[in-house]
Amino acid sequence: MKDGPAVLEGQHFLLGDHACAEGALAAGCRFFAGYPITPSTEIAERLAHRLPEVGGIFVQMEDELASMAAIVGASVAGARAMTATSGPGFSLMMENVGLAAMMEVPCVVVNVQRGAPSTGLPTLVAQADVMQARWGSHGDYEIVAYAPASPQECFDLTVRAFNTADQYRIPVFVLADEVVGHMTERVVIPPPDAIPKVERKRPRTAPGGDGFLPFQADDDLVPPMAHAGEGYRVHFTGLTHDERGYPATNAEAHDRLVRRLVEKVRRHAWRIEEYEESQLEDARVVVIAYGSTARSARRAVAVAREEGIRAGLLRPITLWPFPGERVRRLAERVGAVVVPELNMGQIAREVERFTHRPVLGVNHAGGAMLPPEPILDTIREAATR
Amino acid sequence: MRREVRLAGYGGQGIILIGLLLGKAAALHDGKEAVFTQSYGPEARGGASNADVVIADAPVDYPLVTRPDCLVVMFQEAYERHRPGLVEGGLLVLDQDLVRPDPGEGAFHAIPATRLAEGLGKKIVANVVMLGFFTAVSGLVRREAVEAALRSTLAPRLLELNLRAFATGYDYAPHAREAA
Repeated sequence: MKDGPAVLEGQHFLLGDHACAEGALAAGCRFFAGYPITPSTEIAERLAHRLPEVGGIFVQMEDELASMAAIVGASVAGARAMTATSGPGFSLMMENVGLAAMMEVPCVVVNVQRGAPSTGLPTLVAQADVMQARWGSHGDYEIVAYAPASPQECFDLTVRAFNTADQYRIPVFVLADEVVGHMTERVVIPPPDAIPKVERKRPRTAPGGDGFLPFQADDDLVPPMAHAGEGYRVHFTGLTHDERGYPATNAEAHDRLVRRLVEKVRRHAWRIEEYEESQLEDARVVVIAYGSTARSARRAVAVAREEGIRAGLLRPITLWPFPGERVRRLAERVGAVVVPELNMGQIAREVERFTHRPVLGVNHAGGAMLPPEPILDTIREAATR
Repeated sequence: MRREVRLAGYGGQGIILIGLLLGKAAALHDGKEAVFTQSYGPEARGGASNADVVIADAPVDYPLVTRPDCLVVMFQEAYERHRPGLVEGGLLVLDQDLVRPDPGEGAFHAIPATRLAEGLGKKIVANVVMLGFFTAVSGLVRREAVEAALRSTLAPRLLELNLRAFATGYDYAPHAREAA
């Protein structure tokens, strides 16, 4: 097996899915377990070829339940680990996403969204897994989900996903869509020393000594992570556990643990949240769009401006945590909010939580990218509000 | 400036590859912005195949081709399917041995790309002959940029033949008849 560079520094004309794979490698991902599924298959293909070149491990699993379990295991052993899937596989992964949340195991799951429910439209785009990403597993936990709008962001946000996962010890999603995953565009990959890297917080005492409690959190609510096999006394369980990691199945321990799991993300949401704004300074109509749909929205806003309508675009880069406070402040100044998305109104519903202004959805169930025209029509309507 | 290009043929002709090369030439070697998308049937060979490239001076927002400004067809069915979508006065380029345009067709550029490729000893480079011809007649991307894309994409053992195929198509352009 020939060796290859982990960071493909330079300019490339790269498929979105391949950019995700290269982002993972650049971030130091050395373990991928997955079950190929359109339209995410090119991520697995690329990593099957590339991981062995950099001394990493690629495993094609029997299904998505096992894929998710395998990356949780690899991460517990110290690896940066990832899987990639689409809707049906994402559903199957949900149980073990909850396990990762409960055991505080950092990992990255890429979901290249396609038409759903069920097998739906295997090769065609949708953005309908937004709420599943937020609430898909059982119980209370907080999640982070990035929505790339270009192959460049497929690279950048996959790197970011690994850093966020390690910083807070949580599973993190890259919630791409088929259009972004299957489009090819220029991607600039920086040199290795310019790739942002947040190290997993590690125990400050040597292994073997007394006193290290693997689930005792610091002030930031994140416990340092001891890996299996290093000599620390570690125990991981999906049961409610105490600071030692041992089952403590009582009301008090449960509330303390779940409250911390939720709070460690909520308290840092302001640092995790990301969005891009354009032409919002004087906007009377704000369009909120994400992923590939944001590209259509950008065009619609440009045409609206040419028509003299003061429209602007807010593009959430993190869908979770949702930049709700930013939406609240922006909405105060505008007549109406327009939310185009390839689903029946998932983010529109979230927007409604933060404003009493009219929220006009532009919805399609998926199968084709939302074109600029219906967004423009709705901007025109919103401008009369 | 935003130009939409659709390249269409049947699976196995290498349509997807020349779409990738064209987009790469523009985005990496010609200082432009470009997005490449593709669609094809489940068949390995046969079945419709098309490659769409948007080339622009500014970052491309909407990435898909809706009304191509340029249409390159290497298959009769592709011509029939995509010709109605070509903008009025758009650039039509075809392989004259594989596509018989409607008698009422206006101006177009024709090249026997597949025959010229056979003359080079390899029918499979017909796609790159066509890419050379399209580069010349469209003026969308510089010749040197496409050649650089060929160099950075193809395996070394295939490069010489493909550069010859590209030159063959490019040089055919001045002789191309412009039917009225």
